Amino acid sequence: MKNGAQYIIDFLLKKEVEMVFGYPGGQILNFYEYLGKSPLKHVLVRHEQGGAHAACGYARATGKPGVCLATSGPGATNLVTGIADAYLDSIPLLAITGQVNLNDIGKDSFQEADITGIVTPVTKHSYLLESLDTLPEILDEAWQVATGGRPGPVLIDVPKNLFLAEGEIADSRQTLHTRKVKKADRTEELMPKITEALSKAKQPLILTGGGVVTAGACDLLIKLAEETGIPVVNTLMGKSAFPADHPLALGMVGMHGVAAANLALSNCDLLLCLGTRLSDRVTGNRRQFLEKACIIHVDVDAAELQKNVDANYCLQLDARLFLQRILDEGHFKKNGDIAQWHQQIDRWQQEHPLPTDFSGLIKPQEVILEAARQAGSKAIVVTDVGQHQMFVAQYYPISRCRNFLTSGGLGAMGFGLPAAMGAAFGRPGEDVLLFVGDGGFQMTLQELATIREHNLPVKVIILNNSTLGMIHQWQDVVFKKHYVASNLPPLPDFVKLAAAYDIPAVIAATREELSQAMEFVLKTEGPVIADFRVDKEEMVLPFILPGGKPEDMLGRWQGETHLRSFSRK
Amino acid sequence: MKHTFAVLVENSPGVLSKVAGLFSRRGFNIESLVVSETEDSSTSRMTIVVEGDNRVLEQVGKQLNKQVDVIKVNDITNEETVERQLCLIRVSADQSTRQEVLQITEVFRCRVVDIGRKSLIVEATGDEAKMQAIIRSLWPFGIMELVRTGKVAMVRGERNKGK
Ligand SMILES: Cc1ncc(C[n+]2csc(CCOP(=O)(O)OP(=O)(O)O)c2C)c(N)n1
Repeated sequence: MKNGAQYIIDFLLKKEVEMVFGYPGGQILNFYEYLGKSPLKHVLVRHEQGGAHAACGYARATGKPGVCLATSGPGATNLVTGIADAYLDSIPLLAITGQVNLNDIGKDSFQEADITGIVTPVTKHSYLLESLDTLPEILDEAWQVATGGRPGPVLIDVPKNLFLAEGEIADSRQTLHTRKVKKADRTEELMPKITEALSKAKQPLILTGGGVVTAGACDLLIKLAEETGIPVVNTLMGKSAFPADHPLALGMVGMHGVAAANLALSNCDLLLCLGTRLSDRVTGNRRQFLEKACIIHVDVDAAELQKNVDANYCLQLDARLFLQRILDEGHFKKNGDIAQWHQQIDRWQQEHPLPTDFSGLIKPQEVILEAARQAGSKAIVVTDVGQHQMFVAQYYPISRCRNFLTSGGLGAMGFGLPAAMGAAFGRPGEDVLLFVGDGGFQMTLQELATIREHNLPVKVIILNNSTLGMIHQWQDVVFKKHYVASNLPPLPDFVKLAAAYDIPAVIAATREELSQAMEFVLKTEGPVIADFRVDKEEMVLPFILPGGKPEDMLGRWQGETHLRSFSRK
Repeated sequence: MKHTFAVLVENSPGVLSKVAGLFSRRGFNIESLVVSETEDSSTSRMTIVVEGDNRVLEQVGKQLNKQVDVIKVNDITNEETVERQLCLIRVSADQSTRQEVLQITEVFRCRVVDIGRKSLIVEATGDEAKMQAIIRSLWPFGIMELVRTGKVAMVRGERNKGK
């Protein structure tokens, strides 16, 4: 006979879960009692939000689902940001929360919160366990929902008494989805049309999103690009899907996309979108997005098709299956027309490169370039949210799938440090470079203790501009230099803070110190904190204002010092 | 334009608020919603009437479809359906007007289900147009109280695939 806690632990072990990230409390203590007796590893985080982000970091870096635990009430509500982040970025996450006794639910008992209700809009599904009999089904189903199709977070809320309730629990009979009516599969019908459109296009472009990473289809994407000669641009989430050093890689598109990539996007005559929801950060004005181009949209989630953009061909299919099919379909010819398209793109790249010459105060981009120069393109790179995130997306060349971790959809400041920690747990032996702003770092820095405790090689690179950089930039451009609540005093002293956590630290305030400081970061074993003092006036450019078109991007074009819309000569 | 969705769901707790939430989060006001068990007690059928832009409603339909406990979503707006609502109307009717009120209820094939000294309760069933006609006809006599169910609907003809 097993009790609920033992059953859950055995289930996780059976699913080869290596570790869970959690924080105890009254209603989940019964579970911890048995967890402590099991071989399942538990990482004690310092805040439940850190636990959820760490589980996501683990999942993003490994491709395996992350698991986090919290007690009822405040423990559970602290998970919400991490769960929402997983939802918007389609990350498989299983959250298990303790709940008050079944009999006490609905009585505003101590530490009672309706967590399944709270997370409904940000989970694929949530369960309140009401009897031990249903536990096998619920666990099985929860696992399938979290990992299947388009992955995402699932929460199981377990009343305290059910952790201890014992019974002969029959194995799951797997009821999931059996009643769902399958939609007609249009692959056979559409494949020849898509292949033909691809071969005919004169200025084709592939846009990859995070779905290609999720599907483990990066190798096939490279193959398709090489066989067809079609250049590839990426969304923020698609950054690790295609190697940055590949000759066909143009980089990121969208609000802060690189100029040549955005110009290729606005001038292409065919766009093959793989595993992307075509968010407003990519399309700008949805209604006017590529009105003349043929758009092919492939996504595993039917609800993404025709949601933001009207596509000419829509196919509900996993990116890997699609790429496999289209490569089988085969015989693409690289014609002369596409050579002209390549030349045009080359010209854009030469005319509008990302700036690499800097003077005056250290610029955030220099720190990123120096890190890349020393660490190479194979490191695991994590960002927090803000200007530094966009600079890393633009400048850091990532050459391996799952090596770029960022909070794309939710844009949750505070994601970086715990996510880097989760990645370090998931990929032992590999260094994790975290780029973080002085604002976002202060949101979850308590996880430094966890990182120190486990001696994780998380290299914290603070791009310290004494300001909420991205807010500063918006107030500069959009609010005509009316700066409100965006200045940060130079607090805390990050070197002293590091000392308090017994973590080595370095500070660099001048260009001369930069490369040595970076060397220190990368040569020191275990965790390091580096405080790079950077220019707060540096802006992320190009900048497409919300609702704008790619060609309206603001930038400093042709050596000019003022900001100007690209399309306005 | 007005849409009618027929949604078949697992009979599980929370499913009603989840479905309703998907509409409200996108700014749709649900005009009427009827839920009840079907011939199979493990499933419920919801009939939801909502007004809105076709494109956005298509999106809501797809989002509904993704829910674990939603089995099937049908937009039956353009299908040929039998639809019914039920309405209870307390209409004032004294000696002088009672005859006239009764005549109207006969014309519309309504039933009088309660008689008071100064009022009657009329039960009417039918589609939206009929409901409106009845209410309009009884209005001049003084409607004292009115409750309506939402609309339930079923597609006409043979249907064998799914439910
Ligand atoms: C939790 C949360 N709160 C607020 C925001 C809004 N926001 C986006 S970027 C940003 C500034 C970030 O500043 P910092 O962490 O210093 O990074 P920088 O932009 O300077 O690189 C803010 C406040 C957010 N994304 N997340």
